[in-house]
Amino acid sequence: MTAATFIYALLLYAAAAVLAGGLAHRIYVYARTPAPLKIPTTPAPTTKGGVALRLLREVVLFESLFKSSLWTWACGWLFHAGLALVLVRHLRYFTEPVWGWVAWLQPFGAYAGFAMAAGLAGLGVRRMAVARVRYISTPSDHLMLALLLAIAVSGLAMKYVTHTDVVAVKAFCLGLLYLDWQPLPSGVLLYAHLALVALLMLVFPFSKLLHAPGVFFSPTRNQADDPREARHLSAWAARLEAHE
Amino acid sequence: MAAEVTAPPLREYPGAPQALAPGAMAASKPYVATDKMQQALGFPGELADDWQEKALGKMGELLGKYRSLKVYLDSCVHCGACADKCHYFIGTQDPLNMPVARQDLMRSVYRRHFTLPGKLFPKLVGARELTKDVLDQWYTYYNQCSECRRCSVFCPYGIDTAEITMAAKEIMDSVGYGQKYSNEIIGKVHRIGNNLGLPGPALADTLAGLEEDVKEETGADVRFPLDEKGAEVLLVTPSADFFAEPHVDSLIGYAKVFHAAGIRWTLSTHASEAGNFGLFIGSYEQLRKLALRIREAALDLGVRRIVVGECGHAWRVAYSMWNTLAGIGAGGTDPFAKALQGRLDARYKQPMHICELTWDLIERGALTFDRAANDHRVVTFHDSCNVARASRMGDAPGGQFEIPRAIIRAVANRYVEMPKGTTREATFCCGGGGGLLTDELLDLRVKGALPRMEALQEVVDRGGVNFMATICAICKAQFTKVLPYYGFKMGMVGGVHQLVSTAIRLGSK
Repeated sequence: MTAATFIYALLLYAAAAVLAGGLAHRIYVYARTPAPLKIPTTPAPTTKGGVALRLLREVVLFESLFKSSLWTWACGWLFHAGLALVLVRHLRYFTEPVWGWVAWLQPFGAYAGFAMAAGLAGLGVRRMAVARVRYISTPSDHLMLALLLAIAVSGLAMKYVTHTDVVAVKAFCLGLLYLDWQPLPSGVLLYAHLALVALLMLVFPFSKLLHAPGVFFSPTRNQADDPREARHLSAWAARLEAHE
Repeated sequence: MAAEVTAPPLREYPGAPQALAPGAMAASKPYVATDKMQQALGFPGELADDWQEKALGKMGELLGKYRSLKVYLDSCVHCGACADKCHYFIGTQDPLNMPVARQDLMRSVYRRHFTLPGKLFPKLVGARELTKDVLDQWYTYYNQCSECRRCSVFCPYGIDTAEITMAAKEIMDSVGYGQKYSNEIIGKVHRIGNNLGLPGPALADTLAGLEEDVKEETGADVRFPLDEKGAEVLLVTPSADFFAEPHVDSLIGYAKVFHAAGIRWTLSTHASEAGNFGLFIGSYEQLRKLALRIREAALDLGVRRIVVGECGHAWRVAYSMWNTLAGIGAGGTDPFAKALQGRLDARYKQPMHICELTWDLIERGALTFDRAANDHRVVTFHDSCNVARASRMGDAPGGQFEIPRAIIRAVANRYVEMPKGTTREATFCCGGGGGLLTDELLDLRVKGALPRMEALQEVVDRGGVNFMATICAICKAQFTKVLPYYGFKMGMVGGVHQLVSTAIRLGSK
């Protein structure tokens, strides 16, 4: 067992725990916080099924962003769709045997890495080139793009620039899952890639990456437009009525 | 007030993105409420020494009471989708009028005081202490948001700046830093019954005068009843309808519709205001207190239906919130809601917009019109923000766009639609909503009207439009004031029911 194996195993366990625990806590807080008034942005669906469709369109197609800015939409969608495929592709490191549909998606996943990097680069250029967007950017906004881009580039480099022993990496990953640690192959790119991914997991629950769960809890998007038909009353608002 | 009021030049249509002008509107702010106005609403009279602690305490309380605030302060990724969507940004070029920048005035404080990264690395994530300078900046720029929700249409997460503006106003009220215009008006409703402070006898007088005017003009005995028990319909309308121009012409239109359809209706002195400025200051308690007046009047008069006149934010509150706040609606299972809902006529939508009522009557053939009577007008329709993006009419989503237009087409021959991207859910605010319709903010109001004025100019050039119909008291008052700054006649703006009033046949003439 090398020191690197030991350090990375602990780091990844810690990062996964922070990501899962932090997100679970955030989601719990969002779910527990009441929305006392009906505020869907209209025109809005009048039924729960319609709301589910609206959220689906928002999450899969970025419908509102499409209406707003084609460039931001194109870069943002390219990045997110690429990331989703890349994540799916990485499932092969955690499953044995590899699920059929994951295996089928492998060739697309390779291109997705480039799509992801291209989208991120486009978003980065926009953040620096458009005066309005530059004005509202904080250092963390730039760093977050840089972090994601570094993850994408280090990942691509392991496939297209240097050789990485993916069989050994898979053994290491499965070992983490089944608490039967296996050695992590050495390699600067691999070390960098894993460290950056761990960093991303660590900052996720404390950063603007919370937009991922946030969109599902957004009252302007997840409320049905039915205020005249059903009385909507939160617990703290109902307590005001107890004194009538 | 600002010494100079200037209208920016209209751009070639559609307008190109503009350069930023940092600090351009830093000097624009409304008068602060006096201690008496504050205390009348249960707020402290002025800033005390411990204001920062109290403000942060209030912010923590609101974060626990409003999911919108919590989720929206967390979720923004600074993508800039909203940045060029605000009419005040377009008209002033002040970057702090970009919706995301306006939100960040509070988000930066949230990060510093309520999140780990902001406590550890404030510079990195743009976190700031809530200092007096920051509070003053809040006062300046949260009073440059009309809570029109246009940004929320374009945000990929539906972040609604209005929710954050309302929270900021509630926090400022809670530490004694309220806005005079809104808080004084709310006080008037509690004391007298309406925003304009029109007492019962004066209202009765005005309505009697209107009956005479209409009799003279049409020969028909169109009534304007007040406090009549046993009427079928209680009409709740913005008090501006009682005497402001062009508002009163729509009130005459409602009366003629009731007359022609043979519906017994009444106004109420106790509920002589549809507007609810509790919305603008983000106070649930004030919203609720004002809405309860409508409930009380409805129960007292024994009406079977509640109908709301032409007023944008009032219709948002009535449609989206009355059921929650005061049990005016349907589907309530608790005793409080059932006490009223059991007495309302379940065959009708409760509450109902006057446009829904008129359109129902038109569809049933209960009204007849002489459309040629409106032939001197070429009409366009300005969607009011709260109607467009925070309410509905009829059964299908988008009815709030279709029904007023259908009425206009039924009563007038010449209609031209303003360009896409400036109407329906993408409509631009008139520039005077959200509690900003006050003289000391006139420069802001004129500049904020720019995108609507550009769209209006387009239909004036293309279709010869000379009448912009709208269904909001604030839009009517705001446009009457700002149209001349752009070279338009102030009489160009009017109500949908003003058009109805012109064309409706009363039979007895």
